[in-house]
Amino acid sequence: MTLRALRPVLLMAALLAGLLVLLPRSALLFHALFPSLDRPLYTRASFLDLTLAHIRLVLGATGAAALVGVSAGIFVTREAGRRLLPLLSATAAIGQTFPPVAVLALTVPVLGYGSGATLVALFVYALLPIIANTVTGLEGVERSTLEAADGMGFTPLRRLLQIELPLAAPVILAGIRTSAIINVGTATVGSTVGALSLGSPIIEGLSGSNTAYVVQGAILVATLALLIDRLFALGSDGTPA
Amino acid sequence: MITLAGVSKLYGGRRVVDRLDLALTDGSFNVIVGPSGCGKSTTLRMMNALIPADEGRITVNGRDVRDGDPAILRRGIGYVIQAGGLFPHWSVFDNIATVPRLLGWPKARVAERVAALLAMVGLQADGLARRRPSELSGGQQQRVGVARALAADPPILLMDEPFGALDPVTRHGLQDELKAIHKATGKTIVLVTHDIEEALKLGERIIMLEEGRIAQDGTPAAIVHRPANARVRDFIGGEEAILKLLAGATVAQVMRPVASEAAGASIAPGATLSAALAHMVASGHRTLDVSEADGRRIGRIGFEDLDPGRPA
Repeated sequence: MTLRALRPVLLMAALLAGLLVLLPRSALLFHALFPSLDRPLYTRASFLDLTLAHIRLVLGATGAAALVGVSAGIFVTREAGRRLLPLLSATAAIGQTFPPVAVLALTVPVLGYGSGATLVALFVYALLPIIANTVTGLEGVERSTLEAADGMGFTPLRRLLQIELPLAAPVILAGIRTSAIINVGTATVGSTVGALSLGSPIIEGLSGSNTAYVVQGAILVATLALLIDRLFALGSDGTPA
Repeated sequence: MITLAGVSKLYGGRRVVDRLDLALTDGSFNVIVGPSGCGKSTTLRMMNALIPADEGRITVNGRDVRDGDPAILRRGIGYVIQAGGLFPHWSVFDNIATVPRLLGWPKARVAERVAALLAMVGLQADGLARRRPSELSGGQQQRVGVARALAADPPILLMDEPFGALDPVTRHGLQDELKAIHKATGKTIVLVTHDIEEALKLGERIIMLEEGRIAQDGTPAAIVHRPANARVRDFIGGEEAILKLLAGATVAQVMRPVASEAAGASIAPGATLSAALAHMVASGHRTLDVSEADGRRIGRIGFEDLDPGRPA
């Protein structure tokens, strides 16, 4: 991989690191920007801790959704699971129509306040794009390619690993990318049920009419989303591997 | 040896292949030909168990194709499909190396074999092995498809309309090469086509299918001279099919010993019989000298020698 391809990633990573260093030292700036506020800089938790907690939520939920979603997508495109394809598509689609707050409202009574409920909500949310893209990617592999693989003497598992998944990978990765980006934004809602995340300053700022907090949280969320997007771009640019 | 005994395939109650009996001998070049929907492709795919037969029994070298792991069976049978069916994410090298790798050959042996096959199908040019299929012409892709099927040196080659998607010039070139490969390797080849010209040119034995049954089974000459029924006659194109037959054989195959006096017109031993006929018509001679490029006479060919399959 060339340095040129890495440049956008390094740029966004540097921007995020810079913000994490400078934001805690920017009290004077925010005093000047928001003169009416007594405490214009969020200090209840460090921005670094918030960012790390946010990343953990997104990685945990998206990772689990990728594992489950890709496995489910593979299963329903096999002979044995094909009957379940319509059911799975419908279920995942219904999951997606719930607003994130509603999913939280359903999970909190079961899992209690905190990051557990948030993780589950994010997981449910991430599942649909991943399942949908896995199915689309696998179904998009040319019939003649599959027939050739069978005719050459591939076992079903080898065909999946060496032919189908590599050919479907760009589409599957695009699904995981979409889920991860959605989750970076949606994870902020987790702070309404007590999960530590970059949503904490945003939620507190909104409820306490502290626009400065909202700005600080939002800048970091946006930068994090761009960084993750650039990371995925690394994996999908160029020739499909 | 491939045998089919009472083999049928049903789709929605319709017999696409209807109680077929067939025995294909080792080293023979067999062409299954017929119109669309006659069951020829289905018949081929049943031979390597890509499609299970609904009735009857298929054996390859004495073993029922339903016994054992179909993946193992298929690694021992070369398979070529239209447009190559190459793996688009793999290089030419990796595509050709497919079956040897499935069989677990050591690296050095795979590399050696791929190089030999690239040379055999005329793709030894620098850098070609590293290219992706999408960077090749249709003819080159089909060559790679043939090389891939031959990679592990299987005794049998199944080919499903292999040249159907190619332009006529490329197709004729590849047909000639396939004939040469057959001669050189002695593989048992089963080729499916809807193109009667291709069938007459390539096949030692032609099996004409019609609605899942054998309409006629015989040598190209037998089919052309004694079509079994009016539909076969129509399919091969009537009496003009003889010209297609002549296009598939060379002067060297039928020439007689050289005569004392020159005939007045000459033709090369590698020319097709249809070219010889054309030359007779054009030159007005019923007998031609067969001469090498340096002018040396090596035989002669008369009008009556043109069609050795003609019934006496």
